[in-house]
Amino acid sequence: MNIIETDQLTKYYGKARGIIDVSLQVEEGEIFGFIGPNGAGKSTTIRLLLGLIFPTRGSARIFGKDVIRDGPEIRQHIGYLPSEVFYYQGMKVIDLLKYAASFYPGDHSQRLYELAEIMELDLDRRIEDLSYGNRKKVGIVQGLLHQPKLLLLDEPTLGLDPLMQRRFFDLIREENARGVTIFFSSHILGEVQRLCNRVGIIKEGRIIEVSDIRTLQKNNYKRIYVAARAIPPDHFDLPGVSHLEAVDGGVQFFYKGEVDAIVARISALDLVDVTVEEPALEEIFMHYYE
Amino acid sequence: MSPNIYRFELRMKRRSAVIWSLAAVGVTLLYMVFFPTFANQAALLRELMTRFPREFLEAFGISRVDMSAVLGFYSFLFLFVQLLMAVQASLYGFGLVSVEEAEMTADFLLTRPVTRAQALTSKLLAAATALLLTDLALWLATPLILHAFRHGQTIDVRTLGLMLASLPPFQAFFLFVGVAVSLLAPRVRNATSYALGLAFGMYLLAAFSGMAGDVKLEWITPFKQFDAQSIVLDRTWDLPLASLGLSIALIALVVSYWRYLHRDIPAAA
Repeated sequence: MNIIETDQLTKYYGKARGIIDVSLQVEEGEIFGFIGPNGAGKSTTIRLLLGLIFPTRGSARIFGKDVIRDGPEIRQHIGYLPSEVFYYQGMKVIDLLKYAASFYPGDHSQRLYELAEIMELDLDRRIEDLSYGNRKKVGIVQGLLHQPKLLLLDEPTLGLDPLMQRRFFDLIREENARGVTIFFSSHILGEVQRLCNRVGIIKEGRIIEVSDIRTLQKNNYKRIYVAARAIPPDHFDLPGVSHLEAVDGGVQFFYKGEVDAIVARISALDLVDVTVEEPALEEIFMHYYE
Repeated sequence: MSPNIYRFELRMKRRSAVIWSLAAVGVTLLYMVFFPTFANQAALLRELMTRFPREFLEAFGISRVDMSAVLGFYSFLFLFVQLLMAVQASLYGFGLVSVEEAEMTADFLLTRPVTRAQALTSKLLAAATALLLTDLALWLATPLILHAFRHGQTIDVRTLGLMLASLPPFQAFFLFVGVAVSLLAPRVRNATSYALGLAFGMYLLAAFSGMAGDVKLEWITPFKQFDAQSIVLDRTWDLPLASLGLSIALIALVVSYWRYLHRDIPAAA
């Protein structure tokens, strides 16, 4: 069953483009990564799904129900973590979290304390006194405490230190193992690759690709830098190599293909230094524009 | 309406409601303390009043009442109580939705399983409750203060009752118009400046009424619709004007709901 289904979902803010004809399906139990550069329309899509903004045309369904008409019913089972963190003036963390919990039937205090402990969140501080990263933790706890069936995460790792990021990912995986569907937006390809089953790539408001994470990786470029005592001019003249250029002390190029083949070719040289990097997201997009 | 939103919003306004109540009661007390002195020198006072320019007295709503009568004097200070109430109600009105959006809590609230109408209704009711708490303080304290400093005069209960009863519709105007304007304006970033503008703007419109000749612009201001001086003189509300005030408030309320239900909640700036 599709948990999220959008049909030519389009949003203009006046004349400014939000998203155009976004049609997506997210299946139950998957972790769906939604990647694109800033301003591509990730937040717009999520805000449309939550009913915070209204579509110019097209429609969206969650749990098989229309997001506008059945909004309150749907949101009963959604946890949302906004990219920007919020605060109520003069309010303590615990008061805000209890307020958040009060919207859902049942008692959620046990889960609340559990999550606060995992994220090392000090519940007695005032929210406005917290650092950005700590406010982000407040956001995480309020989004998870009512045990939602669908999590909408908008750039969730922004501002979290690496340790907290890992804990957060563990949390997400645990939730997912319990059957929670996760929709995860990010502009960092690496974290999406680590976590997601499938990804949708959005650029300038349009979906340009939806694919399995493995397929994406297979098609993926690596950026390789090689420094050696001497590199014959045609040494890297093999399929999969592109954008080859000489840089100080060596060469740099993009490579797509069997790792073995390129490693064999590199190791034939009298090496000084080698780096193999994931290309930046912009470089992936370069590939989609070629 | 959602009980939890109502309770939360009311709790946020608790302190402010107490402070505004203290201020309003304090102003009443501070002025009434001087009444016995004024009343003692009634003849001198009347003489003094004739020397002020008429426009000046008009601006303070004391051109026609007898300042040496207890309710005449009270109607003068009631203007300041009204000003306080106008600022408080406008602040609540302008802040109701815009503060949420400035602090990103609109996202927090509206991604919960509630409808927009439920959210707005709960917030409006919480603001109305906070305003009524201030009224309640005035309703209890004012008769006592007036009694204490009445200088042996009798207080016309009906007139005083009419003045005190005019507070809720008076506040409703500023609350609802505040909400409506904040939802019609592109983006209200600083609720306080808008609120002061509305409250003092309406006061000035009433104070300088008549200066614009026959244009009856002052009819739209609650300071005129619930003019204490007229209540003292006529022992009744000016019903057509009061109805006009209530109608404006009602229209503002309808506009607010309509806008809020169809509104795109702005994301972070």
